[in-house]
Amino acid sequence: MALEHADVQRAAHLARLGLNDEDATRYVDDLGRILEMVDMLQALDTEGVAPLAHPLDVTQRLRADEVTEGDQRERFQRCAPAVENGLYLVPRVVE
Amino acid sequence: MQWETVIGLEVHVQLATRSKIFSGASTAFGAEPNTQACAVDLGLPGVLPVLNEAAVAMAVKFGLAIHAEIPEVSVFDRKNYFYPDLPKGYQTSQMYQPIVGAGVVEITLEDGTTKPIRVHHAHLEEDAGKSLHEDYHGMTGVDLNRAGTPLLEIVSEPDMRSAKEAAAYLKAIHSIVTYLGISDGNMAEGSMRCDVNVSVRPKGQKAFGTRAEIKNVNSFRFVERAIAYEVERQIELLEDDGVVIQETRLFDPDRDETRSMRTKEEANDYRYFPCPDLLPVVLDQAYIDHLRDNLPELPADKRARFESELGLSAYDASVLSATREMADYFEEVKDVCGDAKQAANWVQGELAGALNREGLAIVDSPVSARQLGELIARVIDDTINGKAAKQVFQALWNGQGAKADDIIDAQGLKQVTDTGAIEAMIDQVIADSPAQVAQYRDAEPEKRGKMIGYFVGQVMKASRGTANPQQVNQLLKQKLDAFC
Amino acid sequence: MHDKTLAELARSLDAGEFSSHELTQHLLGRIDRLDGELNSFITVTFDQALATADAADKTRAAGKAGPLTGLPLALKDIFCTRDVRTTAGSRMLDNFVSPYDATVVEKLATAGTVSLGKTNMDEFAMGSSNENSHYGPVKNPWDLAAVPGGSSGGSAAAVAAGLVPAAIGTDTGGSIRQPAAFCGITGLKPTYGRVSRYGMIAYASSLDQAGPMARTAEDCALLLSAMAGHDLRDSTCVARGVPDYTEELDTPLAGLKIGLPREYFGDGLDPQVETAVRDAIKVFESLGASVREVSLPHTHYAIPAYYVIAPAEASSNLSRFDGVRFGHRCDAPVDLIDLYKRSRAEGFGDEVKRRILIGTHTLSEGFFDAYYKKAQQVRRLIRQDFLDAFEEVDVLMGPASPTPAFDLGANKDPVSMYLQDIYTIAVNLAGIPGMSVPAGFAGRRPVGLQILGSHFTEARLLNVAHQFQQATDWHRQRPAFAEENA
Repeated sequence: MALEHADVQRAAHLARLGLNDEDATRYVDDLGRILEMVDMLQALDTEGVAPLAHPLDVTQRLRADEVTEGDQRERFQRCAPAVENGLYLVPRVVE
Repeated sequence: MQWETVIGLEVHVQLATRSKIFSGASTAFGAEPNTQACAVDLGLPGVLPVLNEAAVAMAVKFGLAIHAEIPEVSVFDRKNYFYPDLPKGYQTSQMYQPIVGAGVVEITLEDGTTKPIRVHHAHLEEDAGKSLHEDYHGMTGVDLNRAGTPLLEIVSEPDMRSAKEAAAYLKAIHSIVTYLGISDGNMAEGSMRCDVNVSVRPKGQKAFGTRAEIKNVNSFRFVERAIAYEVERQIELLEDDGVVIQETRLFDPDRDETRSMRTKEEANDYRYFPCPDLLPVVLDQAYIDHLRDNLPELPADKRARFESELGLSAYDASVLSATREMADYFEEVKDVCGDAKQAANWVQGELAGALNREGLAIVDSPVSARQLGELIARVIDDTINGKAAKQVFQALWNGQGAKADDIIDAQGLKQVTDTGAIEAMIDQVIADSPAQVAQYRDAEPEKRGKMIGYFVGQVMKASRGTANPQQVNQLLKQKLDAFC
Repeated sequence: MHDKTLAELARSLDAGEFSSHELTQHLLGRIDRLDGELNSFITVTFDQALATADAADKTRAAGKAGPLTGLPLALKDIFCTRDVRTTAGSRMLDNFVSPYDATVVEKLATAGTVSLGKTNMDEFAMGSSNENSHYGPVKNPWDLAAVPGGSSGGSAAAVAAGLVPAAIGTDTGGSIRQPAAFCGITGLKPTYGRVSRYGMIAYASSLDQAGPMARTAEDCALLLSAMAGHDLRDSTCVARGVPDYTEELDTPLAGLKIGLPREYFGDGLDPQVETAVRDAIKVFESLGASVREVSLPHTHYAIPAYYVIAPAEASSNLSRFDGVRFGHRCDAPVDLIDLYKRSRAEGFGDEVKRRILIGTHTLSEGFFDAYYKKAQQVRRLIRQDFLDAFEEVDVLMGPASPTPAFDLGANKDPVSMYLQDIYTIAVNLAGIPGMSVPAGFAGRRPVGLQILGSHFTEARLLNVAHQFQQATDWHRQRPAFAEENA
């Protein structure tokens, strides 16, 4: 499956990665070769094989419904780039 | 052309767990911003989710209540997109294998008829935080307290054909979740939110029209209004040879309209894939059976019982079973006073009126179900008349006494049924009203019936409302007719 | 002091030959003098280390010392450490001081270990040479022109250079085993789910696993006993008892059935590496093991499957780095999109961006089935290969890497770099445990023997490795770099 410039730009936009044209051109080449390597999978017949999401056949454990976490806002916001009145600040979101 | 409206609803119900779906932070409403957002809710590097048992149980209970299939295995997926209120850059949801399969919700229309609405599935997911758009130097503030609150998203089939049906469906979901105790159903606080899919098609056409999705429809009233507007908009468009675009629209309750959420971006691509941090949820039959055995009586069953066993009208049964609080209150009143119809009349009449005036919920009623039941019992056994009963109710409401009997005694409201006493009062009134008696006598017989009202009023006044009105009427008629 | 293994150091501390404080001071001095050249640490926690060592000495004096009390180690900078900067080798987290401890960090602290600091790594564990670190490449102490391997390159180099007797790494596609091989130390990737991932910054959640890196299998056993075990905070961490992994170390190997996967000795295998590995296997035969050839027929699909699954998970895992709650934020964003795009473009390095883009692309609409679903199906086939092989043999052996450590800057092409992990990657897809054990040299550069077992057979792997180390002295070799002339 050939990769085009537009595919890389689209992925970059979905992933919110700023790419200039020069970067994008380089990634088209790199990603194209990676996908070419990955395309080897298509040669393998996997008809009827169930996908494997986890290496172990175990199931989800459930947690008791208890409040175990207290307020640590001050501690957690120490590493935040922009806060005010306990809120995280981002450029204005318009709806 | 005749148009038919087709509506499907996606209802998001916040589940009433103590802690969040994947973390041990509190879900309580109204805390200071970000004080209930723990490391997991904030998506700090390295944190991992662990699923809350209560959220699973609540989802399964809902599924059982709508007679849905509960699959043995359900799986969490990640829905990837960037937004400031979505800390991890993905929402953990269930795309391919939801916890609740297909089921049915029965709705009751205003004329008392019912209609089944199919539920496609219901799945568990985490709620997002909130963006606060007050101006922080031109910035938006983000509060993640709500992030990670468990949501059950209930997706209907496009089975509704009018705004009224949609509102009835939403009410039915509301009563099921509140009956089950799996949500407080508080729409004002966002515990229940609704996205509406609306399309129109020429009547008789099989294929669906292009639909618009209306977001942010967060009250029963808004659902009706948003649909009404949207249907009109689409019909107008189509009749002008226009086309409906498949898009997301926002309902603006202030302007009573929906408008396009124009985004310059291309359609979203959520890149769903199974969440590698969570394992498949496997529910064994014994667990499901245990939950089924412990389900409370559900609104549809209760409504049916109110009709068949208590003899209430379809309308009364439906109103009184609408919420668990209402039904519980009514049933206690009925048990105390022993008369279902009287209880129904009082709860829907005097009580509902007073609650409405003061904007109170039934759980906050100053008159308890027991107090009201005892009051009604005194009407039934003729201790007081209807007028006095309203006085006693008001006194209970105002906290002027703990029991109806105390108030009746204190205010001397016991009904006077002694014929001699009533006759004495009547004689006095007749003696004091020669002009009115003369008018009565001279009037044509068919008009006298109306004129008697004056004398009744005077006698009741003289008795301070305690005379038995039937007796007063009857005795007055005898005495006045004697003059004719 | 710095030549000793953890087990030897524990005996010396017990015997009062030196205190944990003295040992820690000595190693901090070596870091100070040698690491400028090596660059194996991103952050050294001098004061905290000495304070912890003092506390350990008191515990020992009170007669309450456990097997790891007062023993120094280093943590790959992917583990969150409370109040200590945690970067994951990325500019994105250059300013990130973690507000909490990873479970592994807590467990090791509870066991009384003394952390000297945070080791260098490929950014977000993406790489096989440690050249993808925002903090610069790490050199291989055996040959300063060579890479130490990756992504746990700083941990491997620090142990090999005698800066610390042990370090904790993580392994998503070989990131413990390959650097252990390149640096001539012993490394163990446990079964997926054996060690909690809570607080370990995620690269690919269904593949990541933390493990010990040390001089000997015995030391790895000591560390794993402390690290492993159930964690209520990690759904994927199994509820299964943790044995004392040192108990079975001395079990004789007579009767051990070793399988040599045919596919691990094919084209592209460096002849010197092959010779060293085959010589090591002869040692096992002399210890009473039998050897037979087996096949893992889907071996060559492991790299392609991995480069779908790992980047897909990574693209999602790394979305949280958005410049809002922590980490790098660009200057003066004009709007939300600008905040995201510039913060992430500036914060992430080249290889991370490559993998985010690949993962985003393969998960996007229209590609999911052909890539992600297909890769998961192949993943099942790969796991089945191993399960089938372990029906016939107890352990599998082969090279950890097709070549010894390569030169810094030699592998510029991403695809050829990915192919380096041919022998390690399938193990993560299958979730089985694997070790790399020093087994000789190719010139000046060490060769690692890889030993694989079925799920939860860590005790057996450690036993096999330990018996080999009783019979050989490859693990006792020290690079010249470690000898200080001063």
